[in-house]
Amino acid sequence: MIFGIDFASMILGGMAWGVVLFIVSVGLSVTMGLMGFVNLAHGAFAMLGGYIIVLSMRHLGIGFIPALAVGFFGTAAISMLFERTLYSRLYKAGELDQVLFTIGLAFIFIASLTVFVGPENQPVTLPPELRGQFDLGFMQYRTYSIFIIAVGVAIVVGLWLGFERTRFGAQIRAAVDNRRMAESLGINIDRLFSITFGFGSGMAALGGGLGAEFLGLDPQYALKYLVFFLIVVAVGGAGSIVGVFSASLIIGVLDFVLKKYVPQGGTLFIYALTILLLLWRPQGLFGKST
Amino acid sequence: MTATLLETRSVSKNFGALRAASDVTFKLEEGARHALIGPNGAGKTTFINLLTGVLLPTSGAVYLKGQDITTMEQAARVKRGIARTFQINRLFRGLSVLENVYISVAERVGAAPQMLKPAGARRDVIDEAMHLLETLKIANDAHHTIAGLPYGRQRLVELAIALGLKPEVLLLDEPAAGVPSAESHIILDAIDALPKTIGVLIIDHDMDLVFRFAKKITVLVRGAIFAEGTPKEIGANPDVRAVYLGQATTHG
Amino acid sequence: MSAMPTLTEHPAALALTRRHRLRWWEPLPWVLALAFYFLFPRHLGFGTELLIMVLFAISLDLALGYAGIITLGHAAFFGAGAYTVGMLAQYGIWTEPITGLIAGAAVAALIGFLSGLVLLRTTGLTLLMLTLCTMALLEEAANLGHDWTGGFDGLTGITIPPLFGLFEFNPLFPKTQYLYVLGVLFVCFVFARTLVYSPFGQSLTGIRENTLRMHAVGAPVRTRLVVCYTISAALAGIAGGIWAQANAYVNLSTLGLDRAATVLIILVLGGYGRLYGAFVGALAYMALAHFLSQVYPTAWQLGLGLLLVAIALFARGGIIGVGETLVQRLRPKMYQKQPPS
Repeated sequence: MIFGIDFASMILGGMAWGVVLFIVSVGLSVTMGLMGFVNLAHGAFAMLGGYIIVLSMRHLGIGFIPALAVGFFGTAAISMLFERTLYSRLYKAGELDQVLFTIGLAFIFIASLTVFVGPENQPVTLPPELRGQFDLGFMQYRTYSIFIIAVGVAIVVGLWLGFERTRFGAQIRAAVDNRRMAESLGINIDRLFSITFGFGSGMAALGGGLGAEFLGLDPQYALKYLVFFLIVVAVGGAGSIVGVFSASLIIGVLDFVLKKYVPQGGTLFIYALTILLLLWRPQGLFGKST
Repeated sequence: MTATLLETRSVSKNFGALRAASDVTFKLEEGARHALIGPNGAGKTTFINLLTGVLLPTSGAVYLKGQDITTMEQAARVKRGIARTFQINRLFRGLSVLENVYISVAERVGAAPQMLKPAGARRDVIDEAMHLLETLKIANDAHHTIAGLPYGRQRLVELAIALGLKPEVLLLDEPAAGVPSAESHIILDAIDALPKTIGVLIIDHDMDLVFRFAKKITVLVRGAIFAEGTPKEIGANPDVRAVYLGQATTHG
Repeated sequence: MSAMPTLTEHPAALALTRRHRLRWWEPLPWVLALAFYFLFPRHLGFGTELLIMVLFAISLDLALGYAGIITLGHAAFFGAGAYTVGMLAQYGIWTEPITGLIAGAAVAALIGFLSGLVLLRTTGLTLLMLTLCTMALLEEAANLGHDWTGGFDGLTGITIPPLFGLFEFNPLFPKTQYLYVLGVLFVCFVFARTLVYSPFGQSLTGIRENTLRMHAVGAPVRTRLVVCYTISAALAGIAGGIWAQANAYVNLSTLGLDRAATVLIILVLGGYGRLYGAFVGALAYMALAHFLSQVYPTAWQLGLGLLLVAIALFARGGIIGVGETLVQRLRPKMYQKQPPS
């Protein structure tokens, strides 16, 4: 029984980490699937969102949940500004230019936050009701982790409904499948890109804020977890929400379990698995094949 | 009796539920001047892709001079004498016109794997490439990069690259599309100047060009062969006129 | 045809025939490098580091600039070379510097060949991820095998015997090191230069410009890419090996994303696919890093970020590309002076 509880708590911990991975990466996945854009500054938007959330709580005195909303909309607005003015110039450019541009952007974010806020970690203060332990019936577990998992499930259901049931979602799906066809059907691609990009960055901001409690939040965040975000997108398949969600959970739980049992070689295993998977299915688990 | 160069036997290709090629049995003879026509979406380019190995057929077989090449890789088919041009230019855009043709000639004469000799030392390759450009009347553009060239000239480079391979079978996918009509005769002249043994298959929408060029025409409709015959027969075929000629143009 | 004799005299044909000939400015980097040796004897350590990065960037230029293989994991080969040299020396198996470099090149080439064989089937984002993960995998492996590699701390105190048995070789003798690195760089550069001007190099640019068309002219595209990747890996291995020799230690930084990103930035800053971009980029990068981080530590990262954004948006040819554009703008004026032929 002790083992069972141990195991369950490990799975829950991994799921919380996986959900954060999902919330951050889902925007990256859609950007890559929809626009074919390699956005290495995505982690920087997550970081920016995290900062907005933490700082607005500290300086505006608002609660955690309102701060999340501020982070979401603030980051979405800022990212849309970047999308319209800079990103859009590189949609037709090669991957190399996109990589360079977004690495550069990430550096600028890192340097700016270091200068204006400081290089140190920004702790997040959770509201009292999210602290402590939560009774699951068969065991106690950290309330905050349960909260994150619940939020993640709500988001994936919401996104799925939005994707499958709304007109806008149908437009995105059409554009992911065949951009030229979508354009010829009169879908305003520019507007679609802007809104999707802003929404994806807003999601990243939520992830940055929600995950700050156990991932930390300092200027290096922008690049520190980037490889994980990219792996999740590549494994799940760019442009697929179900894909990102499954990949996030798999990798989150795997990472958590491996770190526990093989603290040294865990990451090695994840890299190896990713390589094998991509060689077997270059388009990822749920990606459309080309 | 002329020999058959390229042949398909009951070739079909499915993309999911879509049947892009349906039981196509086709022969390209030595010295053929053959045209493949059909309405948009008839599967003409798919058929070329099946011949060149870009796509593998779902069923059926492809033969080159009697040898089964159904599963052979693209590059290997090129080495055996099949060359093609593309409907939309596929050129080395950042390189000069001469370098574009150099690459193709170097590949054919086996110069391309050389690492320790300068490319410029292969005068034979350069000379051959220049002569090709001369026959296509684009030698004056030889030093220009592709990106700065008018589309019509780019089409000629497209053809020059294929001719640089000295093919036995030449597949031309709308070679004159986008070429100003004043220049389209250059393409026909160049094809006329080819050795008579080469089999040429041309896809085009320009009926003037097709009827001037072809000695034999195959009509493809919805992935299947609809009619085949001399230009005269095809032009007089009421069914063909109904499905294709009448709909696409009012060519008399 | 009467045009035949003039065709070989056509400017395009002549340009291609003479493309590989030495241009007047090409000895310049080497003259400058030697001048540096005499003018700044106290900064030879900096110079050595610079030359090593030039070599590393040249290796990347072959793969990325010429063959168009977009990789985020080139430090894998730098690290492979560094660890090969380091471990051979640390355990007293082999310490002679020049043959040590050859061993480093061989191991890096082997890894390049094996990984290239499977990775180069893919393109775009997948390839980017695979190169990144392969490098991360090697880094983790080096971390994990700390009994042999020294793990996080790396291998310190590698002793290299005198070069040719005559010249003392360690960080206390920067003059020997500088000239040694310069010599190795020169040999590797001559090789790389020969390669890019060869028909093989031309076919690599064909693959970069249009892979599909290369298939259609019958080129064995994947074989060419793997060969190029292997050669590129070998040169990167030499750069890594020489880094280990010059610093007398190896650590995980030789294998990390930081190094891979740095070499990519250097190459792009100078201009990729141009052979000399590596020189210009390394000089600009290291000078800028030196200057800006003295101003303010964060200023360097900010400047670098702005620079990258500017290059991606406005100057894809890097510094050399900007120079070329300027020269082309000036050129019509120069031509006007000559009588029309």
